[in-house]
Amino acid sequence: MPDLPAASPRERILGRLRAAAPAAQPPAPGDAAHGAGTAQGAGSAHGAGTAHPANAANTAGTASSASSASTAVLAAKTWPPAERIARLRRCMEAVRAEFVEATAATWPAAVRELLRGAGARTLWAGAGDPLAAPLAAAGADGGAPALRLFDRPVEELKAALFATADAGITTCLGGIAETGGLILCPSPGEPRLLSLVPPIHLVLLDPARIWDTLWHAVRDLGWSRTLPANALVISGPSKTADIEQTLAYGVHGPKRLIVVLVPGAPG
Amino acid sequence: MTAPAAPPDFRAGAAAALADPKLRANFRRAMDGLMAKRAALFADPAEWRSLRALGAAIRARSLARLPELLERLEERLRANGIQVHWAETTAEANAAVLAILRARGATRVVKGKSMVSEEMHLNAFLDAHGVESLESDLGEYVVQLDGEMPSHIIMPCIHKDGRQIARLFGEKIRGARYTEDVDELTAMARRVLRAKFQEADAGISGVNIAVAETGTLVLIENEGNGRMSTHVPPVHVALMGIEKVVERLEDVPPLLALLCRSATGQTITTYTNLISGPRAAGELDGPREVHLVILDNGRSRIFADPELRATLRCIRCGACMNHCPVYTRVGGHAYQAVYPGPIGKILIPQTEGLKLRRELPQASSLCGACVEVCPVEIPITELLLRLRREAAHPDPGSPVLQAGEARAPVEDRTWAAWRRVFASPRVYRLVSRLATRLRWLPPPRLGPLRAWTGARSAPRPARRTLHELARRDGVPDA
Repeated sequence: MPDLPAASPRERILGRLRAAAPAAQPPAPGDAAHGAGTAQGAGSAHGAGTAHPANAANTAGTASSASSASTAVLAAKTWPPAERIARLRRCMEAVRAEFVEATAATWPAAVRELLRGAGARTLWAGAGDPLAAPLAAAGADGGAPALRLFDRPVEELKAALFATADAGITTCLGGIAETGGLILCPSPGEPRLLSLVPPIHLVLLDPARIWDTLWHAVRDLGWSRTLPANALVISGPSKTADIEQTLAYGVHGPKRLIVVLVPGAPG
Repeated sequence: MTAPAAPPDFRAGAAAALADPKLRANFRRAMDGLMAKRAALFADPAEWRSLRALGAAIRARSLARLPELLERLEERLRANGIQVHWAETTAEANAAVLAILRARGATRVVKGKSMVSEEMHLNAFLDAHGVESLESDLGEYVVQLDGEMPSHIIMPCIHKDGRQIARLFGEKIRGARYTEDVDELTAMARRVLRAKFQEADAGISGVNIAVAETGTLVLIENEGNGRMSTHVPPVHVALMGIEKVVERLEDVPPLLALLCRSATGQTITTYTNLISGPRAAGELDGPREVHLVILDNGRSRIFADPELRATLRCIRCGACMNHCPVYTRVGGHAYQAVYPGPIGKILIPQTEGLKLRRELPQASSLCGACVEVCPVEIPITELLLRLRREAAHPDPGSPVLQAGEARAPVEDRTWAAWRRVFASPRVYRLVSRLATRLRWLPPPRLGPLRAWTGARSAPRPARRTLHELARRDGVPDA
């Protein structure tokens, strides 16, 4: 859509907003009372166009007194490192995520055994994923489940993925203690649909990589400067309560989310 | 799912809803459950106060810099490879979506939940232009199957019980057998929609929050249909109102905490999806194109007024309707509006006009339950009073659409008479004596007073006026 200056919807909308914006930014002449006690007033003191990611931690604090008081409410949510994984597990098990404990040596066999028990015939993994080689080695005997690599553009794989994928496996960057949840960053080596289309989604999680809250994670990961094309938090299997507020699992996405706890897991 | 052709009539809608015991029971049960779940997650009042103060400050700060943040958002999105389209009206937004679809020959669309698309009546528009547009959120799928509008902004089919949905699926889904089992009903929808996700030419979604600093669209959901709609088809078109933007990525976690807890009593949804671009170089999946349509539809007019601007802080959690004694009794459809409940009562009259929607600001007891639970501190009752006033007596230079056009001559005459009575001691004495002496007359059932006595018991005057009682007790006249 080309932007035709002055005549385009863009210019008309922004023009109206610009014309109105100063009215709400005190101190306006003869309007000292307006804006008292609201965050708008203090916020405007920042002026236009100030981007300062390096100092991001402080900007919320200076935006207004209300905001400075309340960023503390986020920062204060911390748990001792040893308690974080227990809390994450409790939160996620409450929404029917499942947990399995393994080691760097045992997880491929553990995953395969678990999937055999679930009757899964194919396990999909990213072709460029660090999980692919150990899984291939563990499945060298040719037993179920067969390992299938997501190694071509989805256009060539879509039908097979929807029709035959029983399980998909991915890494994650870590977890979130406050609410439960795993942070995933799909990549060329680990496509987006691995965590969405197969009815069973397995994720390897290093129990030492748990942030207190999403807010802490976003800051630690430096996401305000650079974000991948897609990043997400997954806190359980797909669910809905749209029919009579009755919880039902597996409505569109995975029916089971299995977290494999592996100290030192790649991610 | 088309706009109501006749002028909206809240009274008629409310009367019909109140006469439907099944509907009332469905809403009562659902609202009680949602209120209890929310309350359990805001059990610590100090935390609630701090968190909502932060949420309100973030939304107010974002709005204070709205034009600049929208420009920054556009610049960042374009740098990330997302195409941006602007629309002043819903007609322009519909045309923009259709142009994107036509350019790719897309005829089959799957949709994630989007209230802006409801504003646009997008499904009906696309249907009329030969594009199949299928809702994939389970609740939206249900109301679309039945040709209805959503009755709640978070839980679209909350007005239906399991048996009604069972009958609907039995009739409308090919090969379905009748069952009231919720898991089986869910599995039926899964089967139908999985096929549709695969073959769709494009996916359409809403946006919960847009982040200016990173050029990111944040979408939250529980079902996975949002991710299916935005990641499986080759084209993703996102729709949002101009007010959805925040400045920084760090603003997102506290808003999501408030939104999830307020909406459904969850600490986090199953999926929090951050989209900052189409399929990147080397990636094997994801849409090849991502578009964002930014819709005004009257919002910039609301923005122009410093008080009414608070309307635009809304993060669409639905807590105000869950806690509203009016909404709970009459349900969502009675409002005949895309946004029902308290937020609809302030938003819809501003976007559609105070004359057309004159009943909505009145449809409130001003109890303030909505204000107590609003996670971004929108002063809903104050805005209702402002709109009631402006409906009859507009402020000079009022930006409100159709301000002053809902003036009722009966009301004006009544207040003029009131003024005359209270301004003259002699007339006041005469009228009050008449009222006490004629108290045996039945309360008026006709004429202008019927509007009052139609829904309330008429007050019966005392036997003696206050002045007479005071004189009898020896209180001297002032």
